Amino acid sequence: MTETTNSYNMPDERGHFGPYGGLFIAETLIPAVEELEAAYKKYMVDAEFLAELDKDLQHYVGRPSPLYHAERWSRELGGAQIYLKREDLNHTGAHKINNTIGQILLAKRMGKTRIIAETGAGQHGVATATVCARLGLECVVYMGAVDVARQIQNVYRMELLGARVVSVTSGSKTLKDALNEAIRDWVTNVDNTFYIIGTAAGPAPYPAMVRDFQSIIGREAKQQCLTQAGKLPDVLIACIGGGSNAIGLFHPFIDDADVKMIGVEAAGDGIESGRHSAPLCAGRPGVLHGNRTYLMADDDGEIIATHSISAGLDYPGVGPEHSWLKDIGRAQYVSITDKEALEGFYALTRMEGIIPALESSHALAYAMKLAPTMQSDEILIVNLSGRGDKDMQTIANHEGVQI
Amino acid sequence: MSRLATKFAEFKQSGHKALIPFITAGDPNPEFTVPMMHAMVEAGADIIELGVPFSDPMADGPVIQRASERALEHKMSLRRTLEIVSEFRTNNQTTPVVLMGYANPVEAMGYESFALAAKNAGVDGVLTVDLPPEEAEECAALLNSYNIDQIFLLAPNSSTNRIKKMDSVGSGFLYYVSVKGITGAGNLDTSDVQRKLIDIRANTQLPVGIGFGIKDAETAKIIAGLGDAVVVGSALISKIEANLTAPEVAKQDIIELLKSMRFAMDNQD
Ligand SMILES: Cc1ncc(COP(=O)(O)O)c(C=O)c1O
Repeated sequence: MTETTNSYNMPDERGHFGPYGGLFIAETLIPAVEELEAAYKKYMVDAEFLAELDKDLQHYVGRPSPLYHAERWSRELGGAQIYLKREDLNHTGAHKINNTIGQILLAKRMGKTRIIAETGAGQHGVATATVCARLGLECVVYMGAVDVARQIQNVYRMELLGARVVSVTSGSKTLKDALNEAIRDWVTNVDNTFYIIGTAAGPAPYPAMVRDFQSIIGREAKQQCLTQAGKLPDVLIACIGGGSNAIGLFHPFIDDADVKMIGVEAAGDGIESGRHSAPLCAGRPGVLHGNRTYLMADDDGEIIATHSISAGLDYPGVGPEHSWLKDIGRAQYVSITDKEALEGFYALTRMEGIIPALESSHALAYAMKLAPTMQSDEILIVNLSGRGDKDMQTIANHEGVQI
Repeated sequence: MSRLATKFAEFKQSGHKALIPFITAGDPNPEFTVPMMHAMVEAGADIIELGVPFSDPMADGPVIQRASERALEHKMSLRRTLEIVSEFRTNNQTTPVVLMGYANPVEAMGYESFALAAKNAGVDGVLTVDLPPEEAEECAALLNSYNIDQIFLLAPNSSTNRIKKMDSVGSGFLYYVSVKGITGAGNLDTSDVQRKLIDIRANTQLPVGIGFGIKDAETAKIIAGLGDAVVVGSALISKIEANLTAPEVAKQDIIELLKSMRFAMDNQD
């Protein structure tokens, strides 16, 4: 095991991860991100802020989340020992709340009275509506019309929590269009509005800030693995939509050079079909939604429509830090098709009695491929980023069952 | 000196206020654009702003979003927008053309290839909405080396420091976005603009164009009294949208609106 000291220190002062990240936004938003940057810098080292955050994570979110040794599944696969980081057990059912809890505390200290968010699967929207309900703040969530249809239960949850859900009908009517619409709202209402971005993307400081809030996943997992197995894991696996659950797990391990990190993108109908959401595996660098990163775009720079069975991965970009980790070779990025993800979904459900989110099922499906190639004394941690309750309709449709 | 700087210097001498219409290249179809550009010059336009269609126009309201979508349906692109400028230049070598768009098409072409292609096409200025000075250094330097201006924006919430920064990095003119919001917003308050212009004028000698929310001759007249140039976009594109099956009618309506603005701007009380 190699222990290096503080070798990784990204982003730079201007929010760049090498050529990626940065501040690609309209002028009206510059004062807003400058204000946010100042608050983030101030409070991330403020003892009182951090104590409040810790308290909420423990008593409201339910942290630490367990690191569960999936013994039966590991035995069945006949290779590495698979451990699941149980973010599905968090309040609201996914890792998303680690970030919304943090950002809402910042919003409160900055005196913002109105919260906006974008959402794909609806998990980030629910996590945002939840923290807004708790603090009594106005909440507007933008969601693509296609996603509204396939995650209707989450729409209802958000509305119960008091949020207004705006169905976005422009462009491809999915997550990227919800982001466009949220940015338009932000530009218009910049004085009183705080934009809680749901993944480790967007203009600086969001990618680093969201990563910092999500890094609780990796910090806990590291401790738990040392305690339970007496050593660090050999491999980490997480699915990648915008990349927040993945960077949250990976980041505390970046300086542990022997720990392999694998991000799993959505291959949809297959990379060769062109119907996928895998910018790191099959895209090219470009600029969208405030940062430079790998994107799915054509030769003219127009963004290409994406596809995935899971709404939370159906996005043409990815957080800029993943683009950097790919280029420097510190993390590896692979893809899993809709069909393979469903196999992962069924495997965990039947083998361990845990129904995973379709997003997380991509990570599970890759673990199913990798584990049998590893030794039985090796450890593989899969980030179980969310639970599958929200996906019951999609699964039933797939099976041709009426519920 | 760039063609934009030269023009604005002339206007300053004569007290003339520039009228800058904005249309999206290829909307409602690619054949419409060049004749429309010539007709706008006839109607009194001093500079033409040509929108480069983008799949995700985050700073635009519904009217310009739909213009982008219509143009993209005809496979309009940055490359083809540059061809349109070239074609315009065969009959007009004097009216400055400013491209307005988003960073990704430029990134896809590559900054160097883009700067050279823009130069060859006869482009005079480039306004990239999501490329603030923080990220524009490389692109601006390349454009400037070809005598093309990178146009930067100022907003109602821009601080005095920010205005100073734009003064140092900008050239050609500065574009003051007169409302916090997206293009086509309806709530332009001219007294707010007047107040903000005091701060802007105190901190830059660059000409100031004002746009967002200018829909009619009366507003154009007031704005011309405050800035050096008046930019009008959504109001023109609305004419295109209202006459999708009759582009000639749209063209006539656009000419009428521009003429009325020109007249109002030239006849300050
Ligand atoms: C359960 C779950 N996992 C993963 C994701 C993907 O987001 P990210 O890549 O930011 O973790 C989502 C997004 O909605 C989600 O709901």
